Parts: sequence; C-alpha cells; structure tokens
Amino acid sequence: MQDEPTPIELTRTVADFLRNDIAPLVSGHQAFKLRVAINILDLVTRHLTLEQGSDAKELERLRALLGGDGSVTDLNRALAERIAKGEVDLATTGLAEHLWQTTMDKLAVDQPNYASYKRELSRDG
Amino acid sequence: MIETQLSRSVARWCPGATGVTGAARLSGGASQETWRFDIVHPDGPIGAILRRSPKGYGAAPTRAAGLRAEARLMQLAYEAGLPSPRVMHVLVPEDDLGTGFIMQRVEGETIARKILRDDEFAAARPLLARQIGGVLAGLHGLPQDKLPELRHMSAAKEIDEFERDYRSLNWPKPVFELALRWLRGHDPGPAAETTLVHGDFRNGNLIIGADGVRAVLDWELAHLGDPMEDLGWVCVNSWRFGEIDKPVGGFGSREELFTGYEAAGRKCDPARVKFWEVMGTLRWGIMCGGMMQRFREGPDHSMERAMIGRRASETEIDLLRLLAPRGS
Repeated sequence: MQDEPTPIELTRTVADFLRNDIAPLVSGHQAFKLRVAINILDLVTRHLTLEQGSDAKELERLRALLGGDGSVTDLNRALAERIAKGEVDLATTGLAEHLWQTTMDKLAVDQPNYASYKRELSRDG
Repeated sequence: MIETQLSRSVARWCPGATGVTGAARLSGGASQETWRFDIVHPDGPIGAILRRSPKGYGAAPTRAAGLRAEARLMQLAYEAGLPSPRVMHVLVPEDDLGTGFIMQRVEGETIARKILRDDEFAAARPLLARQIGGVLAGLHGLPQDKLPELRHMSAAKEIDEFERDYRSLNWPKPVFELALRWLRGHDPGPAAETTLVHGDFRNGNLIIGADGVRAVLDWELAHLGDPMEDLGWVCVNSWRFGEIDKPVGGFGSREELFTGYEAAGRKCDPARVKFWEVMGTLRWGIMCGGMMQRFREGPDHSMERAMIGRRASETEIDLLRLLAPRGS
C-alpha cells in the first residue's frame, strides 16, 4: 500500500497553486497554456475520484448485457464487436441505458461543462 | 526572414509594390502555414495573407484538395460574388516560398466563441443561419466545368474511410460502432445531384463581421459529392459552442438555413441533412482520436492535442442524443 497524501489530494493542491498563485502572473500564450495545464490537472483529479465507482457499475452492466466475464476493457471491446456484427442493437434490452450511463460517466470526468451533458444531467435530476 | 522572399515576390506581380512589412505567423501545423503581412504600395498598404506548405512539405495528405485547388476554388467563389477573398498570386518556384498562394486579407472575426458572445456581432447573429444557407447554395452552384480536379466522395465511401480510421486507432467505442451501423443502415444512396462540397464549412472557418459572413475559409477538404453534406456538417453540435438549441453554428435554426438555401434556388433534403449531421458528429469524434494518436506518437506532443482525445466523449453524447434520444 502506497503512502498518503493520495494522488487526488496531490493533483488538487498543484492545480490550486497554479490557479491561485501563478495564473495572475502570466499572460498571452503562456496564460493560455497554463489554463490548459490546469484543466488537465482538474480532469485527472475528477478521473481519480470517479473512476472506481463508474467502472464497477459499468462492469456490472456489461456482465448483464453480454452474459460473460472479464475486465471492463475486455467486455467493452466485446460489446463493440457485438454491435459491429449487429448481434446487439438499440432494440436489445438495456443497451441504450448502458450506453447513456457510460457516456454520462465519461462526460462527468472529461467535460462536465459541455452543454449537451448539462442538459441531459438536468433531465436526470 | 520570410519578408525578404515576400518582398521579391510581390515586386514581380503587384505593380507599384515596393516591399512588405509586418509579416506574422497566424496558425497552422508544420506542413501548412498561414501568415499575415502588408504589401507596401504608393496608394497605401494592402493587407494580404499567405497560405503555404513550406519547402519539403509539398505532399498533401490524401484527403486534402491541395493548395493550388484551394486557390482556384476561392477565386471562383470570389468571381461568383460569394464571400471569399480575392486570390492575388499562386506561388511559383521563383518565389522560393514553397507551394501555396497569396490572397487579400479580409478583416473580421473567426473565433467562434467571440462571434457567439461579443456585442459587435449581436446584430449579425440572428441573420447568419439564413445567410449561411444562401452562401452554401452559391458554393454548390459554382460552375463544374471550371472546378479544379477534386476527389469524388459518396456517403458509402466516406463511411468506409471513417471506419478504417476508427479501426486503426484500436480504441473500441460501442457508441461509435452504433453510429457506424446506423450510417450504413441509413445511407441515402447517391445524391440527386453531385456538386462541389466545401467539406469543412462551419462556425470557426468563416470570417464574420458586423454585417455577417465576409469570407469562407479552409477549402482543404473540398470534394465532389452530396451538397447536403455541407448543410449537415454546419449543424454538428461541436460547432454550436454551447448554443445547443441553435443547430446552425449556434446562430439559428435548420429552417432558417433551409429557407436561405432554397431562396437561392436550390432544393433541401432534410433527411439527408440529418444523415450527414450524424456522419459529421462521428467524423469529429474520430478526428479527436486521431489527434490523441498524434500526441502519443510524438509529432505534436502538446497538452492541447492530448486534451482533444478527451473530447471524443462529447461526440458520443451528441450521437446518443441523435440516435437514442431520451424521453423529454
């Protein structure tokens, strides 16, 4: 077992430092690059925070859909192949719900401010 | 210094020109550059743009029409009275500037978010969807016997190409698979009429002023095909920049786009437009993957490139909104 602080605590503290202490000091292209860097650290923090929970639920849904077992990567690949072959489609019970949930969980990490995501989130809420 | 070569070049084809000033690189990758500069002239400075592939970067990627074709298309559009810069010079070997062309500089804004938010464009915004329809109709009506040689693309060929690109990424995405199946199942077949297709007509590739569209840029992906492709691409959600209820570039409705298009004497096919919107959404998603791959392989190891890989999921939610909408 690795020691603490956790990766999430570490990325968060670096992002906060860059945002609060460095961003006011730079301008122009450097400021743009710094914003991208801070966005990356924020994304990594969200990824580390949310991945375990969303992967576990995704795996559960994939098992139910495909009736097999494997890692989330393996089963995701298997699902892609079954859709490509036409063995599974939107008429398959649970597929649309699975794809929606999986995609919403990705947006929560990748781009939580994306307008389509916010619209769909308000539908859930 | 590029100004030395530019000065020698303009002296040959611009009567009265004595040199150039203010050359500054605007954008582009390693293989394609855009420069702005002013031609020094006794009647006053002439704003100009150089678009070129530097020496050693002559070979265009397979999909690109090539800079010579781009110059021809922009000039044809200009001559037809469409918003397009006048092409002043196509580079020749004596210019020692690589391949490409020099065009008149059109003032205005290309940054989509500014066009959608800044007060300067407030009066133009409500007019743009319809205006874009008219411009597209004009482009699609350009005389075919004057066009440069271009690739001919059908929907089936494009699906094949995107599928190949996607598979080469080895990046299994169930939503992309679903979209590929949908596209194959809904391929509307050959278009009633084959026309010039711009191929990348969207908010971000247009110069906009307070009066509306001033120029159409980036003809790199021009080809022959179904004119409805351009109408679908301009509606892809990624080019609405948050204004998701205004499908045409965040400016207005499909109906306004179609009205503008039909007022210019051409027919719309809304079902085909929807097909091409789905295709376009998938296309941008696969392009995000391609940029992630280029980041990994190293030619452009920038943070921005890396982050674009994390935008593919935006196209996944948009594909689901198109293909499997949830009850409202």
